[in-house]
Amino acid sequence: MSIVETEAGLTAEQRAAIEAMAGHYDDKRAACIEALRYVQGHYRWVSDRHLAEVAALLDMSRADLDGVATYYNLIFRRPVGEHVIFLCDSISCWVMGREAVNAHLCKRLGIQPGETSKDGAYTLLPIVCIGHCDHAPAMLLDDELHGDLDAVRIDTILGIQP
Amino acid sequence: METPLTNNIRPDREPLDIEGYEQAGGYRAVRKVLGGMAPADVIEAITQSKLRGRGGAGFPTGIKWSLVPKDLAASGPHYLVVNADEMEPGTFKDRLLLEGDPHQMIEAVIVAAYAIQAETAYIFLRGEYFLAERRLRRAVGEADARGYLGTNILGSGYDLAVHVHASGGRYICGEETALLTALEGRRAVPRAKPPFPQTSGLWGKPTVVNNVETLCNVPHIINNGADWFMGLGRGEDGGTKIYGASGRVRRPGSWELPMSTPLCEIIEEHAGGMRDGYELRGVLPGGLSTSFIMADDIEVKMDFASVEKVGSRLGTGAVIVLDQRTCPIGMLRNLEHFFAQESCGWCTPCRDGLPWVERLLAGIEAGEGEMDDLDILEQHVKFLGPGRTFCAHAPGAMAPLASGLKYFRAEFEQHIHEKRCPWNEAH
Ligand SMILES: Cc1cc2nc3c(=O)[nH]c(=O)nc-3n(C[C@H](O)[C@H](O)[C@H](O)COP(=O)(O)O)c2cc1C
Ligand code: SF4
Ligand code: FES
Repeated sequence: MSIVETEAGLTAEQRAAIEAMAGHYDDKRAACIEALRYVQGHYRWVSDRHLAEVAALLDMSRADLDGVATYYNLIFRRPVGEHVIFLCDSISCWVMGREAVNAHLCKRLGIQPGETSKDGAYTLLPIVCIGHCDHAPAMLLDDELHGDLDAVRIDTILGIQP
Repeated sequence: METPLTNNIRPDREPLDIEGYEQAGGYRAVRKVLGGMAPADVIEAITQSKLRGRGGAGFPTGIKWSLVPKDLAASGPHYLVVNADEMEPGTFKDRLLLEGDPHQMIEAVIVAAYAIQAETAYIFLRGEYFLAERRLRRAVGEADARGYLGTNILGSGYDLAVHVHASGGRYICGEETALLTALEGRRAVPRAKPPFPQTSGLWGKPTVVNNVETLCNVPHIINNGADWFMGLGRGEDGGTKIYGASGRVRRPGSWELPMSTPLCEIIEEHAGGMRDGYELRGVLPGGLSTSFIMADDIEVKMDFASVEKVGSRLGTGAVIVLDQRTCPIGMLRNLEHFFAQESCGWCTPCRDGLPWVERLLAGIEAGEGEMDDLDILEQHVKFLGPGRTFCAHAPGAMAPLASGLKYFRAEFEQHIHEKRCPWNEAH
């Protein structure tokens, strides 16, 4: 899947964008989280090569930047599928039956949470409350919120005919 | 009933653009303060209103601002940081304000930044709020183009740049000192207080961190005055509050209501009461890190002092409802899983204690617990309590647990004695 793309380095345009982000702060490294998410926006995850490039642009050591990258939930240091499903596992969603939704997603995708489907289409991950508790259970599919989930809604979202 | 914070928010949440916002009276507060109020007068107006922080702790906003040093030449630049990290489970009020009326946020930032003489402001936004991010960035662009941001704003000589910072996602980033560490591009570990951010915050410079909802009140106070604001509340605290309710209520949602609206009214009138077949047993009144309030105390007024009187905290005002068909031990296990996972790992009681708590609760829920486990849980309540850990994360995690051990003692013992979860089959 994404292996081919990530062999390439960052483009000149991408490097310039990261440098512009650094200009918003008194200290360059303050842009590092934004920069990693930006890289991820283009390549879906942050490879070692890209991590090293961002570190150099922001005057950080690779180990330092990797420490930051691995701390945050939204930065992926391993390849993920074309789409990422973040299913909320916090309280209101749990009360409203997120376990059943999780089980249904696992069955449909043939994976466990933390895994990517064989066709590379979906990665399923748990996430803490996404502020959609009045429509629990809720999930993010890439950057789209979906709420009031049940098996039928999941099938519709995944494009599976009943 | 006035609803200043949500007046412009439409049911579909499609926000006003800058023209619409101006037509609705927007940016009047900016004109007023830049047109002739001294920064100290702005601080005084907010102090008079007795506005208290809506991020959970209820600290008086005017007082917080007044702690920022006045001598810019000596202190170096000041910063305003908006805490838009909203990750307290069950809470969804700031998202409403950010998505529904982004210009209100920008206007509030300008007024607050001017009051503390900051020339740079950061909106620290939780990374999962993609829609809010798009709308905020658009609003910043529009405000910039209209001359409300940038240099010499409206000819006043005051300069301000606003940047939206999307977080990498960790609950602890919401704690104000961890937030500053995160904003500096580091792992979000909290800092010792004192020094407080007002004197030594972002890059060691004077910094004010305020919650989204807190700040959104500011332009309205400037426009309408302190007395008006005080009059909005139904009790001691002024203003409105965005309350929320989730769980097995008929109409989960969030509503801007007078401060001190009773809990029963929020649940019965606004959330429509419980769904058929469900009874309310208790609630977490203000997000996950507050203690349970049981059905007997349902008439409590939802303000800072009243909620404390029944042993809990107003927190974020996001009410999470526990019904009789949900296992309270399972609920505690779910929420301690959250706290264990989101510990930043800096101090030992929290880093090692919370996973232990989670394991014990999971064991009890699965019917493998022993009576001694309850003593170990009680010990954790003590050793992870206020003052025992580096920040308030662990004490926050202990609040629901301590109250759970008290109110659900019978259910704990039932799980242990019957070696099963009584709710498992019934569910
Ligand atoms: C673990 C933890 C998480 C917090 N998360 C948030 C948050 O997501 N949003 C917020 O506004 N305040 C949060 N707070 C409170 C902040 O530390 C701080 O009190 C608040 O931003 C101050 O703003 P206010 O005075 O306007 O309420 C959190 C506190 C702790 C201890
Ligand atoms: S209490 Fe927990 S979150 Fe706070 S500093 Fe200690 S380990 Fe980190
Ligand atoms: S608890 Fe799931 S969205 Fe809030």
